Amino acid sequence: MNRAAVGIAAVILSFWISIIAVAATHPMAQSDSQGSITDRTVTWPTAEQWRRVLLLEDYNTRVVILSTTLLGGAAGMVGSFTLLRKRALMGDALSHATLPGIGLAFIAATVMGGNGKSLPILLLGATLTGLLGMGAILLIRNLTRLKEDAALGAVLSVFFGAGVALLGVIQQMTAGHAAGLEAFIYGKTASMGAMDAKLIFGAAVVCITMCILLFKELKLLCFDEGFAGSHGLPVVSLDVGLMALVVVVTIVGLQAVGLILMVALLVIPASAARFWTEKMWRMAIISAVIGAVGGMVGAGISALFSKLPSGAMIVLVCASIFLLSLIFGTARGVPLRLIRRLRLNRSVDRQHLLRSIYEVLESSNSLPTKGLSEPRPIPIGELLTRRSWSRGRLMREIRRAQRNNRVEVVDEGVLFTPRGREEASRLTRQHRLWELYLITHADIAPGQVDRDADAIEHVLEPKIIAELEALLATSVTDVPASPHTLSAIPSKTAL
Amino acid sequence: MMPLTNWDWALDGWIIAAGSLCAVAAALLGNFLVLRRMSMLGDAISHAVLPGLAAAFFLSASRSSWPMFAGAVVVGILTALFTEWIRGIGKVDEGASMGVVFTSLFALGLVLIVQAADHVDLDPGCVLFGAIELTPLDTLSIGGQEIPRAVVMLTIVAAIDACFVILFFKELKISSFDPTLATTIGFNARLMHYLLMVLVAVTAVASFETVGNILVVAMFVVPPAAAYMLTDRLPRMIALSVILAVASAVLGHIGALTVPAWFGYQSTNTAGMMAVAAGALLMLAVAFGPRHGIIVKLFRRVVLSWSILAEDIVALLYRIDERGGVTRADYSNLRNMLRTKRISLLATLAWLRIQNEVALAGETYQLTAAGRTRAQGLVRSHRLWEEYLVAHVGVDANRIHQKAERLEHFTDSRLREQLSAETNAPQIDPHGRPIPEESKKWSRGESNP
Repeated sequence: MNRAAVGIAAVILSFWISIIAVAATHPMAQSDSQGSITDRTVTWPTAEQWRRVLLLEDYNTRVVILSTTLLGGAAGMVGSFTLLRKRALMGDALSHATLPGIGLAFIAATVMGGNGKSLPILLLGATLTGLLGMGAILLIRNLTRLKEDAALGAVLSVFFGAGVALLGVIQQMTAGHAAGLEAFIYGKTASMGAMDAKLIFGAAVVCITMCILLFKELKLLCFDEGFAGSHGLPVVSLDVGLMALVVVVTIVGLQAVGLILMVALLVIPASAARFWTEKMWRMAIISAVIGAVGGMVGAGISALFSKLPSGAMIVLVCASIFLLSLIFGTARGVPLRLIRRLRLNRSVDRQHLLRSIYEVLESSNSLPTKGLSEPRPIPIGELLTRRSWSRGRLMREIRRAQRNNRVEVVDEGVLFTPRGREEASRLTRQHRLWELYLITHADIAPGQVDRDADAIEHVLEPKIIAELEALLATSVTDVPASPHTLSAIPSKTAL
Repeated sequence: MMPLTNWDWALDGWIIAAGSLCAVAAALLGNFLVLRRMSMLGDAISHAVLPGLAAAFFLSASRSSWPMFAGAVVVGILTALFTEWIRGIGKVDEGASMGVVFTSLFALGLVLIVQAADHVDLDPGCVLFGAIELTPLDTLSIGGQEIPRAVVMLTIVAAIDACFVILFFKELKISSFDPTLATTIGFNARLMHYLLMVLVAVTAVASFETVGNILVVAMFVVPPAAAYMLTDRLPRMIALSVILAVASAVLGHIGALTVPAWFGYQSTNTAGMMAVAAGALLMLAVAFGPRHGIIVKLFRRVVLSWSILAEDIVALLYRIDERGGVTRADYSNLRNMLRTKRISLLATLAWLRIQNEVALAGETYQLTAAGRTRAQGLVRSHRLWEEYLVAHVGVDANRIHQKAERLEHFTDSRLREQLSAETNAPQIDPHGRPIPEESKKWSRGESNP
């Protein structure tokens, strides 16, 4: 838990440090008398600019924001399936693998006398090498002893290297100049036109429709491939289909965010959505919404502040949403999980305390039977020998139990309240029923059962208790005698 | 191939030296990344260090390399830590947490760098693709010799990595294969993990700054993966990965100079071609690796299936003889009975004739003396197994044939003797067919332990 806290703190801290670093550099630039490095000011947009962007008045802004929103939505939807399929980084390798295709398509088109920068040709090349990269990954993974990560890393770096080598050749080509191909690496949202928008629109509609139509099948594929296969689903085709959707989203996204950051749109919204729900369909929708919001806000910020690149801003907006989800997620958010675990730990500790008191009373034959005899207070020292707890921890647990009205503290020691006694006998009973079950039905030596029962007694449900009772044929109210000797913890007595 | 007309040792020699040193440094550590299934970490770290470079540049307001180096290494280590934390405390899948961390950091770095876009040294393209071609121009003077700064720096890094791998070889090996065992033996597997991360970050940043990102990312994964296809021993794998790394650096540079020339261009990006050369070597290793190569495995499987087919053929011919030759043992009948592919049957029959175990008399195939001896052993194994399965395992008599059909191929004369002893040396099998005698020649040859 300690490490977790440090981790969260470090993530948040470094995030803000970097934000502050960005902010701090701007005023610094004005005071920077050297002036030689660069002008780092980001001018705050005027009200007029705000209005134009927010109301989508410019045609260009409208096209860009609409496209990135759609792209983010489609990528988020597809990404939620690849994430659950544990293929998150596949998108990374695929997008890198598109670069040589872009280079080859440019060269081929130019050599044949066509326009090397025609978008459909470039994207066709990108698709071809993207699919080739996917095939290489699947081949290496399925036919050799190399694992998936090595296959991804090798394909990514080799294909990207080939792409860079091709770009190196293209730079020397006399016919047609290559400027603009780099846009595919870093993305160049501002230069997107109506054609790109239509392309993204078409791809997004296809991807989202496919995901909705094949929802049940893809869900089965992600959670239990073997089960899906046994139900007669074409697992391999579905898998290839899902990868094809990834390829489609990646290719159309190259223009918008660039090939290095495209993987972010596939991974981050889905990972963020995972914190909010345990339901697959909700996760897909939330992921699509996060992706869309990221695309919209990121492109919007970039339109307002001309010096902030849109691809990077989209990713940073998504990353901020991820961070917020990590903290506030209602299903798997980190603080929530920590609180749940703390609660469980406390209830386990309380149950251990109550059972210890019960067992001390039992071993000294001073259990109050039907409220007849006077209950005997248990000295703290005696309890201390029962568990490997420090005195401080024991006292803390006793105080907590006292607050919950389970025990009373008197001068000589600790006393059960009626409620505490009832709970303690119920717990002890559960513990011993499980011990008896282990001894009679699992053939475990009596000396060994205590620890096993210790681990499970806190989570036994009434239904299972009833089953145990039926199996062991015990009466309903009795607390059975312990099947092993109840002694203090050896190490403690030795001390 | 065109001759290397413009080859100049003072330039090309240094470029190859820088490339090789970077490749060796990365490949040394990469072995353990591949074994630990963390191959993508090199890629993640080398993208994520961008904001470190940019922040150091802004904070120190200079382009001296030490603050930038330090900033990048710190961010590189943070990448590894964040990935682990998000995976651990956020319960996010490892690949996804890596994806979240490195893309976010890279995006941040891009935003920072674009703020300084006018500045030449922080051009993202330059940083990412590397300018290995320019390394000989930036020199330091050491002992009167002009040595490129990149070579000096990468030598130091490669030496550190080599020392680390040699000194902590045992610890790295055990903690890579079995972290729990490492902890029980009494050294800290986590500490080894973090040391490895630190060195990966240092290596990535040093290479990043001198020869570019592509080369180091490729060298972290590709040569170790190729070496992994070639051997099962860790020391050999490390040695092979180093050799492959150097080879891809040399081939890559030569390729960068010559390959474009075939198409009438001058030369291309050396780092990219080095990655491509490494990829080509990996492809060769994947195809032809002596034990695990795809083609070798395929070949071995075909040989095994044909040798089993050969045994089936001689046993079938023996049985045809045994029934008095009612069925003609010609090609079409054999093919119908064995239900096999045309090419396999033809190849195996040809092989059996070369081995002089089967002879072709007109249309029909017949066993020679040698073939008969072999067939006798096989049929004897088959029938002894059937007897054994019925007598000792209690398998139903209708179902023993399938099992015996598999087992007969892996039974030698000593196992036959044992089977015979276990079943009281039967003369006939459960189907009522005679069990052939053990051939004299075979029992003499094999029964001596």
